[in-house]
Amino acid sequence: MARLFALVDCNNFYASCERVFQPALRGKPVVVLSNNDGCVIARSNEAKALGVDMGAPWHLYRGRFDEQGVIVRSSNYTLYGDMSARVMRILADFTPDLELYSIDEAFLDVTGIADLEGHVRRLRATVLQWTGIPVSVGIAPTKVLAKVANRLAKKDPAAGGCRLLRDPAVEEEALQALALGDLWGIARRMAVRLEAEGIKTPLELRAADPQLLRQRFGVVMQRLALELRGVSCLPLELAVPDRKSVVASRSFGRPITARADVEEAVASFTSRAAAKMRRQGLATAHISTFIETNPFREQDKQYRASRGFTLPVATADTATLITAAHAALAGIWRDGYRYKKAAVMLVDLVKASSVGSGLFDRRDDSRSLARMRALDGLNTRFGRDAVTMGRTGRPRPWALRRDRLSQRFTTHWEELLSV
Amino acid sequence: MQSVPLMSAAAECGFPSPADDYLDRPLDFNELLIENAPATFVVRVAGDSMTGIGIFPGDLAVINRARRVVDKSIVLALVDGEFTLKQYRRRGSRVWLHAENPAFTDIEILEGMAFEVWGVVTNSIRTF
Repeated sequence: MARLFALVDCNNFYASCERVFQPALRGKPVVVLSNNDGCVIARSNEAKALGVDMGAPWHLYRGRFDEQGVIVRSSNYTLYGDMSARVMRILADFTPDLELYSIDEAFLDVTGIADLEGHVRRLRATVLQWTGIPVSVGIAPTKVLAKVANRLAKKDPAAGGCRLLRDPAVEEEALQALALGDLWGIARRMAVRLEAEGIKTPLELRAADPQLLRQRFGVVMQRLALELRGVSCLPLELAVPDRKSVVASRSFGRPITARADVEEAVASFTSRAAAKMRRQGLATAHISTFIETNPFREQDKQYRASRGFTLPVATADTATLITAAHAALAGIWRDGYRYKKAAVMLVDLVKASSVGSGLFDRRDDSRSLARMRALDGLNTRFGRDAVTMGRTGRPRPWALRRDRLSQRFTTHWEELLSV
Repeated sequence: MQSVPLMSAAAECGFPSPADDYLDRPLDFNELLIENAPATFVVRVAGDSMTGIGIFPGDLAVINRARRVVDKSIVLALVDGEFTLKQYRRRGSRVWLHAENPAFTDIEILEGMAFEVWGVVTNSIRTF
């Protein structure tokens, strides 16, 4: 039987989450800012209609937003994450075969479902009723076309939130209206390369010789072109593959000049990254530390540097990793700069169970493993950072700026909606 | 949420406890309070319009958005953009929100009012 994929995408997800609990935001232009209130990362339809761009830096647009009545929220990932989990759980009731593609998108295998339109109508109504989140659905024989269908479902008010592309003539008409960069998986640079080879539109890409595409651009582009023809090459990825690396990085709430403060931030990021790594049963011997001044403050002296540090044996122990991260920091630290950002990256992750001991250096012993289990257990139970290593310190002068943060309505007793 | 052991049988040395065969799962309050997890939300009660049926300020109201609204459901409703906790009443095409407190008058839902049921209240939890 011919396969059919559905892409379910939450409409303006972050803004929609905010609106579920704050009805005053309905029908108004709403934008959500990136971490540290940097720039716009999500917009309601009303904000889009006002011409607010993705990535607009808040500090430049603040006055204009006030004048236009644009409501601003700091990103509340605790809330969005919980609402996302609810939506995904409901989707899983509609089909067991689903791929969580992002916080607000999932691919579903809807092959062989009788009364597909009724099924999708019930799915959309259920998600909206149970969570308050509106979703759009695009259905097609391949994932790439399902993305196209979803885009149409969103853009066309007559679509009623769902578009089905199953007929090559309809697919052709849909692709006609798109640019290469609108296709899933084609970044701007790739679009430029394709254009240089005479492939200027999605339809031309679909018509191109797959073998030639493979030679010129690699197997990914070949698959993409085949998917445009309705030949499914990208299966559902049901399980999230293990990560190769973990990054923890933040901008500081205000510029930092003292080395001790940066060391604290680096220790805290390392703790967070290490906890993430342990959740997947992984360990590493390679850590790298990065620091940077604020490139947008031209009046400041600028500096950015990163350095890696390699341990003799892979470890999952936070204390050991912090020592390594600080050793890397020591190599790049310069006094006299106003630092804006730091990052810690754990790379080359390996299965913790497969780490062997060296001649002189031992792998993590049972005491270290027990200590880390206790640390992770307490932090899961009492909230992130309830228990930290001695070096991470607090309070934090560098903590996130989140001036417009709404409550964590669904995960914190003391922040519930009051009615 | 804390779990409460229904019975406990510590294993001493030597013989197994005669209670081992009867061990059950601890009482789980989630089972009692959550009919449908992805549709269940909790809000803090602030108003006193429902004291007559035992919903007081400071209570935690459990809300199931999946439950069907019927006459006499306790609901969290949105009337002209404001949240309100009331009893939903319906007779024919007439819909009104009834307060369980004589100090409050009922709110009849008329044409032109923005009205929606946000969810149905299934429980109220009070801590003494």
